Amino acid sequence: MISVKNVTKVYSDNFYALSNISLDIKRGEIFALLGPNGAGKTTLISCICGLIKQTKGLIKVSNFDTLKDYRKTRSLIGLVPQEFPLDSYESVLNTVNFSRGLFGLKPDDKYIKNVIQSLKLWDKKNSSIITLSGGMKRRVLIAKALSHNPKILFLDEPTSGVDIQLRKEMWDMILQLKQSGVTVILTTHYIKEAETIADRIGIIDKGELILVENKENLINKFGKKSIIIEFGEKIYEIPDKIKDFDCFITNDNLCLVIKKLKNNNDINITNVIKIISKLKIPVIDIKTEESSLEDIFLDIISERVKGEL
Amino acid sequence: MNFNSIKAIYKFEMARALRTIMQSILAPVLSTSLYFIVFGAAIGTKISTIDNVSYGAFIVPGLIMLSIMTTSVNFAAFGIYLPKYNGSIFEIMSAPISAYEIVIGYAGAAVSKSLLISVLILFTSTIFVDFYIKHPLLMLFLLILISITFSLFGFIVGIWATNFEKLQLIPLLIITPLVFLGGSFYSVEMLPELWQFVTKFNPIFYVINGFRWSFFGTADIAITTSLSFIITFLFICLIIIGLIFKTGYRIKG
Repeated sequence: MISVKNVTKVYSDNFYALSNISLDIKRGEIFALLGPNGAGKTTLISCICGLIKQTKGLIKVSNFDTLKDYRKTRSLIGLVPQEFPLDSYESVLNTVNFSRGLFGLKPDDKYIKNVIQSLKLWDKKNSSIITLSGGMKRRVLIAKALSHNPKILFLDEPTSGVDIQLRKEMWDMILQLKQSGVTVILTTHYIKEAETIADRIGIIDKGELILVENKENLINKFGKKSIIIEFGEKIYEIPDKIKDFDCFITNDNLCLVIKKLKNNNDINITNVIKIISKLKIPVIDIKTEESSLEDIFLDIISERVKGEL
Repeated sequence: MNFNSIKAIYKFEMARALRTIMQSILAPVLSTSLYFIVFGAAIGTKISTIDNVSYGAFIVPGLIMLSIMTTSVNFAAFGIYLPKYNGSIFEIMSAPISAYEIVIGYAGAAVSKSLLISVLILFTSTIFVDFYIKHPLLMLFLLILISITFSLFGFIVGIWATNFEKLQLIPLLIITPLVFLGGSFYSVEMLPELWQFVTKFNPIFYVINGFRWSFFGTADIAITTSLSFIITFLFICLIIIGLIFKTGYRIKG
């Protein structure tokens, strides 16, 4: 659906906002683009949507070049930006109708009513934007982006500043859009969001696309399992047979934490129990913890930072 | 040509004009009436005729020009500056619409508003003075041409402006003084020779006199000179706008 090939964006001060990015986004998937502030997420989205012209590389949407065939590509895309760029004194209905017209379509009262109703804004249709809450403004932006029935929807930080209930409603809405065949690309700081709704995840940092993986593969490949053994007495030395693994004693000397990659079978709980039982230190509890997508994301970013030091 | 997109921008802009009808339409009519009272009643009694035209009638084209130029520049400049200011320009720049369709939408609305105000001022003028229009079709043509040209200029100002002060800078500190000093209320022949020479460097002088020629068949310069100047200025504006969209100056990263 979207093909990004060797895209680079360099600003006049020789700042590389994007460095040789290549990415394919499949039709009907939810793709989450993760990255720290200033990583290049919004720049990449802006290049695909036509807001920024890439310095090098080719971007195709549905096999059309975003620069040469911009009318075709842009008509397929809806964009929900990060901020609230809305005309404060315009009514909800007028601003959504304006967006539809801007995308070259004739008015369609029935369709627009459906979109506004589905976003629970119909009772606010004649209200000025300035009177709406942050969550409502976010929904107005989504309604505007959906006004021309796009096949691809970009959501730039869709749930930032949104309460938990609305966030969950938005996730449901995104999943419904996916079911209706819309390809969704979202950027988020909120890793739980990507973990909950994304099919594939891309991690971008300092303008470079570090990895693109199926969500489950990413968790299996980079996810770590921790075996935490809580002792009744203080422990000062890691047993020899465990030393070779990624493990440490907690600051209070009461816990031993052994970390392992999820797909690494060299170490298992049975072996650990055997080794620990030989220590003759009373064990209070043994538990396991799996790393979340957030842990994986932080590990990957911190590894990159370490690599640069 | 994407007519629905142009229509959407045009309708949006006209709705903005209607939301501020007191400020955008009634204010120019009121200020024109005041000009007639001050210039017509006070100064007009001291100046009988200029080129066999009564002073009251003589200033009608100048007053229309004053309104049409400031309205076209201001409305088009605000029109494109506001989405830049509130960020909603992202929607226009990501829509399947060409640069010239965007300009037609914004400039078209500014032209419509300017023409509406011109017609209102023309009718208001008839309350205060008797006058005739010798070349009505040429007058109408010039009215449209000048409002298009200055709306395009306003569009450039709106793109160039990075704050509200800059947005007001050109209309208030450049256009208005040049209109006043370009012969809106007097014939250049009434000035000393040095100032007659200086006035010829004022571009607005050529615009006002061309328009005045369409009213009375007489002006300080030939109509062909005026027309050539206006058309040249129109093309300069079109070239600058073309460059703005080609380079993305202040609208695209």
